[in-house]
This record gives sequence, C-alpha cells and structure tokens, in this order.
Amino acid sequence: MAMTDAHSTGIGSWLTTVDHKRIAIMYFVVGFAFLLIAGVEGQLIRLQLAAPERSFLDPDLYNQLFTMHGTTMVFFAGMPLVVAFFNFVVPLQIGARDVAFPRLNAFSFWVFLFGGLFLYASVPLRVMPDGGWFAYMPLTNAEYSPGPGIDFYVLSLLISGVGSIAGGLNFLVTILNMRAPGMTFMRMPLFTWMALIVSALILLAFPPFTVGLIFMLFDRRFGTHFFDAAAGADPVLWQHLFWVFGHPEVYILILPAFGIVSDVIPTFSRKILFGYPVVVFSGVLIAFLGFGVWVHHMFSVGLGPVVNAVFGGATMLIAIPTGIKIFNWIATMWGGRLRFRTAMLFAVGLVATFTIGGLSGVMHSSPPADLQQTDTYFVVAHFHYVLIGGTVFGLFCGFYYWFPKATGRMLHEGLGKAHFWLSFIALNVTFFPMHFSGLLGMPRRTYTYAEGLGLDVFNLISTAGAFIFTLSFVPLVWNLWRAWRRGEAAGHNPWDASTLEWTMASPPPHYNFAEIPAVDRRDPLWHPYIEPESRREGDEPGGVVPRQQPEEPPEPVVMPNPSYWPLVLAVGMLLMTIGGLGSLGLTLFGLLVTAVGLFAWAFEPPFGGGVH
Amino acid sequence: MEGPTSTGIPNRKLAMWSFIGSECMLFGTLIATYMIYRGRNLVPPYPHDLLNIPFITVTTFVLLMSSLMMVLALAAVQRNDLRATKLWLGMTALFGLIFLGGQYYEFNHFVHEGLPLSRNLFSSTFFVLTGTHGAHVAGGVIWLSTLLVRAVQGKLDARHAETVEIAGLYWHFVDVVWIILFTLIYLLV
Repeated sequence: MAMTDAHSTGIGSWLTTVDHKRIAIMYFVVGFAFLLIAGVEGQLIRLQLAAPERSFLDPDLYNQLFTMHGTTMVFFAGMPLVVAFFNFVVPLQIGARDVAFPRLNAFSFWVFLFGGLFLYASVPLRVMPDGGWFAYMPLTNAEYSPGPGIDFYVLSLLISGVGSIAGGLNFLVTILNMRAPGMTFMRMPLFTWMALIVSALILLAFPPFTVGLIFMLFDRRFGTHFFDAAAGADPVLWQHLFWVFGHPEVYILILPAFGIVSDVIPTFSRKILFGYPVVVFSGVLIAFLGFGVWVHHMFSVGLGPVVNAVFGGATMLIAIPTGIKIFNWIATMWGGRLRFRTAMLFAVGLVATFTIGGLSGVMHSSPPADLQQTDTYFVVAHFHYVLIGGTVFGLFCGFYYWFPKATGRMLHEGLGKAHFWLSFIALNVTFFPMHFSGLLGMPRRTYTYAEGLGLDVFNLISTAGAFIFTLSFVPLVWNLWRAWRRGEAAGHNPWDASTLEWTMASPPPHYNFAEIPAVDRRDPLWHPYIEPESRREGDEPGGVVPRQQPEEPPEPVVMPNPSYWPLVLAVGMLLMTIGGLGSLGLTLFGLLVTAVGLFAWAFEPPFGGGVH
Repeated sequence: MEGPTSTGIPNRKLAMWSFIGSECMLFGTLIATYMIYRGRNLVPPYPHDLLNIPFITVTTFVLLMSSLMMVLALAAVQRNDLRATKLWLGMTALFGLIFLGGQYYEFNHFVHEGLPLSRNLFSSTFFVLTGTHGAHVAGGVIWLSTLLVRAVQGKLDARHAETVEIAGLYWHFVDVVWIILFTLIYLLV
C-alpha cells in the first residue's frame, strides 16, 4: 500500500491535493474567513447608521464598505461556502471516489482564492471599489470612477469567475457521469439534485457577466464605447448583462440551501421527503424561470409597461415552485418523529425566515409597488431575509449536519442551539425594522439620514441586531474549539440518516468507498439490508446497500495523483490579473506561466501513483 | 477511476459538450451586443465603408474547409492510419492559421483606414466580437499543433481517437460560430 497525499499533512500536501474532501475544507475555511470579514464590514455600516448624521465613516469610505460587503458576501463567502458543500457531499452522496476532474477542482479553488486576495489587496492600498456590487455604468466608467478601485472589482471577478465556470463544469459532469450503479436521477438525494441544477446555472449565467466585465474593462482601459451614450451606446446594457447573470446567481446561492434542508428535514423527522419528484421538479422550474425575470431588478429604469408587466408576471410565477417546496417540507415534518437537533433548528428556521423574505419578494414583483420600494431599505430587508434566512441558515444547517462526517467529531448541542437562537433573533431584530425604515423612504447606499424623519428608532434597533449577530459567532467558535479539543467520536451515521455518505467511517477514508455500492432505491439506508447470498427475486422491502462500508478495500483502489500544476496555472492567471491593472509585461509573463502550467498539466499522468 | 460512466458518454467528451453550452452563452452575449448596437454608430467610419466581403468570403471558405480536414483527421486516427492523421491534423491547423492571417490583415487594414479599437461604437463591438472568436481559433490551432507534434513523435494512435474527437468538437464549434458572425456582420451589412 503506497503512501500518498492522503496520509501526509504537510503544507506541500495541501498545495498539491486533488482530494475533493480536502478541497472542500479549504473552500470552507477561506469562505468562512471572507464571511467574517464581510460581516465586519456590515457591522461598520450599521455603526455608521446607528443614529442620524453620525460621522463615524465618511461618505467615500461608506461607499467602499458597502461595495466590499456585497461583493465579498456574494462571490467570496456565499459561493465558496456553497461549493465547499458540493465538494464534500456530492461525491459521497452519489457513491463516487472523487469528482470527474480532480485537478480542475483544485484549480477552481486556487483561482477563487487568488481572486479574493486580489480584491482585498485594494484595502491596504486604500483603493477599494466603491460602485456597489452591481457596479452600474456609467458611474463606474473611467471618467466618473478614476483610479484603480473598479479595476480591482472587474479583474477579481473575472479571475474568480473562471474558477466558478470550471467548478460548474466539473460538478455537472460528476453528477451526470459518476453515479454509482443503480443511482438513477430519481434516486439521487435532493442536495445532489440541487447541485446538478446549480452547476448548469453557473455554466449558463456566468458567461454573460464575464462578457459584461470584459466590456467594462475595455471601456475603462482601452477607450472602447460599449456603455458610452455619446457614441450611440446604451449604458443600460450593463444592467441587462449584470442582472441576466445576477438573478440566476440568486438561485445559485439559494437552491443548494434548499437541497440541504430537503435532506436534513426527512432525517430529523424520521420520514421520507414528502413528494420527492415535485420537490425536484420545482427546483428545475425555479432555475428555468430564474433566467426570465432579471428585469425585476430594473423596473425603475423605464423599459415600458409591457416589459415590466411581463417580467413582473414571470417573477410572481416563481413563487409557485418555491411555495411548493415550503409546503413539501412542512408536509414532511407533519406527523413525523421530530428531533430538534441544531441542524433541524436551522432547517426549520430557514422555512420560517425564507418565507418572510419570499413574501416581501412577491410584494415587489409588482412594478407599481416596486417603484415605491426600489432602492429603499425595504429591498435590503427582503434580500437579507432570503440570503441570511435562506442561504446562510441552509449552510449552517448543512454545517451542523455534515460536520461529524467531515471531522469524525460531534459538535455540542447546547452551544449549537445557542448559536441558532442568537442568529435567528439577530436576523429578525436587524432586518425586520428595515421593512419600516424602507417604507418610510430611507434610501439604500446613503451614508446617513436626517433627524426627525421617524427613522431613528428603526435604525437603532437594526444596529443592536447587528451586535447580536456578532455575538452569535461566539458559541460557534467555542463549539469548534471544543470539538477540536474533546469532541465525541461521531461514528458512521450519528443521525441515522438515509443516504450513502453515512455508510463509511467519519472522516471518510481517502478513497471514500472501499466498495462502490449498488443502489436500488431512494434513501437506501432506511431499508433493511439483505445479505447477497440470501437475496432472492421478490425480496421487495430489502435493500442492497449495507449500512457500513468494509474497513479495507477488497481490491486495490487507484486514486488520482496530487499535482502542483493547478496551482501553477492559477498563479499564472493571478499574474495576468495583476498585469491587468496596467502592466502589459506582467500580463504576458502571466500568460507564459499559464501556458507552461497548462502543457505540464496535459502531459502529467493523472492516475497511477496512489494505489491503496 | 476511468471505468464506464453513468451516461455512457466519456467524462471528457461530456465536459466539452457542457463547455460548448457555456460558450454559446458567451458568444450569444457578444453577438446580441453587436446586433443591438448595429446601425447606432454615430462616428465614422461605418461598417459599409470598410468591410470587404469578397476577402472575408475567401477566409471563411478556408475555415470551413478546415472542418472537413478535421473530420478526415479523426477518421484517420480512428482507423490508426498515422500518416493520414499527421497530414490532416497539419492541414487543419494550417487552414486555421490562414484564417488568422486573414484576420490579422483585416484588423491591420482597418486600423490604417482610421478605425482603431477606441474609434467608435462599431470598432468596439466589431473588434471585441471577432477578436474573441480569433482568440478561440488561435487556441484551437495551438491545440491541434500539439496533437500534430504528438503524432510526429509517434505518441498519438487509435487509442487517442477520443482526444482528437474532443479537439474536433471544439474546432467545429468555433467554425459554426464564425458562420453566424460572417452572416450577421458581413452579409447583413
């Protein structure tokens, strides 16, 4: 049995790893760090708005902070945390030993990391982008946004976008092609289903945004006229390109959370998911409709009543599949033997808070109502309810659910529940008052507000809520520390869950499955296992998946080799990105490094070194 | 690891098809931008002042023929005819290079006639759209040349037919995109 990177833990083994479980951990750690950084930025914004006419932040810095907060949360916290779960869970749920392209997977991580670090290089240089996460033209052109701030935004999103598209490609092929024998589409766990849908969304939604970013870069650096009204162009084109990506991006962030709770709620209700096919197809429908609603971000642009009505109607339609999912989760819990462990609390919390955010979303799907609400704190309240109450709660739900599998240690339930209740209270205290301040007309993205407009008390409550949010991370970090020091051993299947990832030891061995299981139904672990020798035709209730994988692989397992080249390729792309700030020489050198990395990668044997 | 897949389609081929799907959105966005801005240029020169349809028709024909060469290269490698593989791979890459030479000449000519990249709305949309396509052709030429070098080294035979097929999928896609660009930019001028 040869030693491979699975057994060494030195820094070199992390730089060269192609193991999906290790890449998942790296995604999680980096994504969590960006979540904390962006959280601090949000906290600073709330401090500035705690009382009218404060001068804690000057307007310029305020603009930079809300831009960094939004950009970081969406691209460098939300997406990598979602992808961390794809990486860890999907191969285990479909009965695969790794993803389809392990080196491409490592490459995706490195370019995401470099994109994030590049964006944050603007902080010590004091040139943070200040055009909002949507960077509307013409505000962001070279004339109105001189200096490199917007270039940091454009270039960091271009490079990390390459990683996202590569990741989408990888998981699409993995889920379509690497399923265990018998794992048909309609037997896949819901999280894997949503990962499949989101991979397709990433592949189709990112290219228009990439093209928009290239147009913006060319307008700023090479004097082209894509968004220049004086040359005959239409700056609104940027809004179309941004939102035709930006709205599917919302579903890229929420559908994985839906997938997580669709696996967690049945586990802690001791019941199979109510209406599995309907939950699957409503996910497909949400993704499909998601490409046809982007103009609801642009109702106030003035595209005309017909356009607005069509997009408003399409937006209302999305409430149907979303509502179906919510009713399915409730029906799954109905009459079940509910166990309110921390993961279940976050899942139920999602059902409640996401519904509130979904309802306010339906409110501004109507153009006349939206014209009152657009650019006010009402919209801020809406999307924080869906992004925190949906995505973040879903991710925490998955975190508490799969942490024992990933680490082999249990988390403390009391601390977990403290974390849930603090964040649940914080979410509502921070963002519920924003519905009122928004309807009173308080504008977004404005660094202060005047006294005596009736906004003072709502803002003070919101800021108090933000402090509770910060406090909510204390039990989480304490829990992690405790699990690391003296967490109880998790065993194979601590929740008595039904899917394949719970058949092997925790943490899973390098090769995941000693024997690739053959699946003959959904929820294979919830059916009594029948030994192969006593299995006969017509043994209907008996499953063919043993509840535990064998300790050792009966046959040698060939695993992909670790490789430096994904990192080299990513470094080459980082050099090109830095060169994009104004050094053609550096860009060409980066291109050379990229080419070297690509050729070395292509001619390196992907398999063969690591036989177990 | 490289056993049979769930769909029966090899991983790399499925990845190329998915990538092509993603590329459709990339070129779709670029083409949509060009079409939206068609006729809205306010500063001369205008498309009909410069576009040379007979010249581009010739390079378009060359690029189309390269797709035929690609098909012949794949057929050759599948029957393990290494001499023909080398010939047709080389011809595909060469025809791609001729197309790129034509594009270089065209771009150069336009700049000399007073249409640098930053001149007007037409120059912006034209150069970025056709330039992105040209970069894809260049990437394809490098890929095909690499396969040719492997073939000359004797390291490419029928066992690598799938690799040639995947390169061919990419090459045909890039050709199809050019047919659309040729129609929309040149024929509809």
